[in-house]
Amino acid sequence: MYSDKVMDHFKNPRNVGEIENPDGVGEVGNPVCGDIMKIFLKIENNIVTDARFKTFGCGAAIASSSMATELVKGKTLEEAWEVSNKAVAEALEGLPPIKMHCSVLAEEGIHNAINDYRKKHGLEPWVEKNPHVHDHGEDLTCDH
Amino acid sequence: MGEKRIVYMDHSATTYTKREVLEAMIPYYSEHFGNPSSIYSIAGDSKKAIDAARLQVAKALGADTDEIYFTSGGSESDNWAIKGVAFANRKKGNHIITSAIEHHAVLHTCKYLEKEGFTVTYLPVDRYGMIDPADLEKAITEKTILVSVMFANNEIGTIEPIAELGAVAHNHKVYFHTDAVQVIGNVPVDVKAQNIDMLSLSAHKFYGPKGIGALYIKKGVKIDNLIHGGGQERKRRAGTENIAGIVGIGKAIELATADIDGHNKRIQGMRDRLLQGILAKIPGVYLNGHKEKRLPGNINVSFEFIEGESMLLWLDDEGICASTGSACTSGSLEPSHVLLATGLPVEISHGSLRLTLGDINTEQDVDFVLEVLPKVVSRLREMSPLYHKIGKEGGCDVQ
Repeated sequence: MYSDKVMDHFKNPRNVGEIENPDGVGEVGNPVCGDIMKIFLKIENNIVTDARFKTFGCGAAIASSSMATELVKGKTLEEAWEVSNKAVAEALEGLPPIKMHCSVLAEEGIHNAINDYRKKHGLEPWVEKNPHVHDHGEDLTCDH
Repeated sequence: MGEKRIVYMDHSATTYTKREVLEAMIPYYSEHFGNPSSIYSIAGDSKKAIDAARLQVAKALGADTDEIYFTSGGSESDNWAIKGVAFANRKKGNHIITSAIEHHAVLHTCKYLEKEGFTVTYLPVDRYGMIDPADLEKAITEKTILVSVMFANNEIGTIEPIAELGAVAHNHKVYFHTDAVQVIGNVPVDVKAQNIDMLSLSAHKFYGPKGIGALYIKKGVKIDNLIHGGGQERKRRAGTENIAGIVGIGKAIELATADIDGHNKRIQGMRDRLLQGILAKIPGVYLNGHKEKRLPGNINVSFEFIEGESMLLWLDDEGICASTGSACTSGSLEPSHVLLATGLPVEISHGSLRLTLGDINTEQDVDFVLEVLPKVVSRLREMSPLYHKIGKEGGCDVQ
C-alpha cells in the first residue's frame, strides 16, 4: 500500500523529537481525527537550521512529518513556507489518495511553526495562499 | 538467514485451510467434476458429496439436512436472510431490528432496505458490547418482521445472549436471524435450543476454504430467493454448486465441532497468557469487549497515545499479523463502529489492536508477541506528542 520511501521514513523517521528552546512551534491535527503533528524549528539568520517533530498518527503521518522536516532544513523561511504538501508527497514517491491529508498536515505544521516564530518577533503572520480543507481524500471534514 | 518468522494472529479475518479439508476437496476439482444436475453416473458422485456435506453441516448446528442451503459465504447468507425475509413479509410489516455492532454485511443490507421503505432499529450495546434482551423487547412493534443479531462480534469478541434474544423475538412471532460467522468451532450451536430461525456461516473462518458458506433456514420460514436462476438448492439458491467448496465446508465443520471444549481450552489458555502479559507489561492499555463472554481466541485492546495503523506496520515488519479498528486502515473517517458503540472515546478507538488466536498459534508465538509489542508501543509513544503531554503526569490507568 505504501511506497518504499514512505516505509523508509516510517521505519527510520528523520528528526524525531523536540528542540530545546525552539524558535517556532506548530501543532496541527486532532486526536479525534487520528493524527496530531507537532513541528519544532530552530531558526538562525532567517534560515531553518534544525527541524524536529512529534507525531501521533498512521504510517503516512509519521513519514510525512519526517520528510517535511527534512525538506525545510537549511532553507530560508520564505523557501520553507513554499514547501507544499504536494512536494512532501512527491518526495515520498506518492501517498495513497486517502492519506494525502497527512501531507497537508505536515505543510500546515511547518506553516504554523514559521508563523509562531514571526509572531514572537513582532512580525505579521503570513497568510495561507490556499487554505486546505482537511478532506481525508474525500469531501468530508474531520470536525468532531 | 532462514525465512522470516510469521506469527499469524488474525484468525477472525480468515483461517488457513486444513490439510484434511483440502485433501477431501481436491478430487472434486478433478475426477469428480460432474455437474450434479446431470443424469450420468459421474454427476451422481457430485450429488452424493453434496448430500454428505449437507448432513455434516446440519449435524453441527442441530438442524435437519433440508434446512441447510449452501451459499458463497457469510455476506451472501446475511444478504439472503435479511432481504429475503424483508421482501417476503412486506405485507405483514416493514420493521427490522438489528444491532449497532453488526458486520457491514448486515448493516449495509439494512441501510439498503431503509432506502426501499423499511424502517430499522439499531439496538445499542453496553460498554462490553452486550445487547440487552429487554431492549429488544421494547423495540418490537406490530410491524416488526425480523430481528438480526450477531452471535459473537468479530472485532471485540463479545458473545451475545442469543437464546434469550431469540426467545424474545419468538414471543412476538418475529423471525430471528443470527450471523454466526465467528462462532463455529468456538461456541456450541444448537439452532433449536437457541431459538434461531436463520443462521449464517462461512467456511474460511473455521479452517475451510474461502468462497463457500451456508444459510440455515428453519422449515416454514417465509423467505424470498436472493439468487434467481436454475433449480439448485431445492430451487432456493440458483447456480451450479461449488462442489469442492461444499465438500470443504462439510469436512471443516465436522473437524471444527468435534471437540470444541478441547480446542477452546488450548486457545483460551494462550489467549489469557497473552492478554495478561500485555496488561502487565504495557501501561495505558484498555481491554475492549467482555471479560468472560468473549470468543476464546479474541484480544482487543486500546493503547493510549498511539494510532493503530502505525502499530500494525511495525508488527508486520516483525512478522506479526494483526488488525486494528483505527480509521486509518478502514478507508473511512471514523474508527470502528463497534468500538464507538461501546462508548469508547474516538481517540482511544484509533489506538486499538485486535489479536485473534487460532489453531496455527503456539506458546512461542505468545512469547514473541509479548517480546515485540511493548517495544512497538513504546517506540510509537516516544514520538507521540500526546504521550509527553499527558502520559508522564501521574501515569495511566490500567483497566
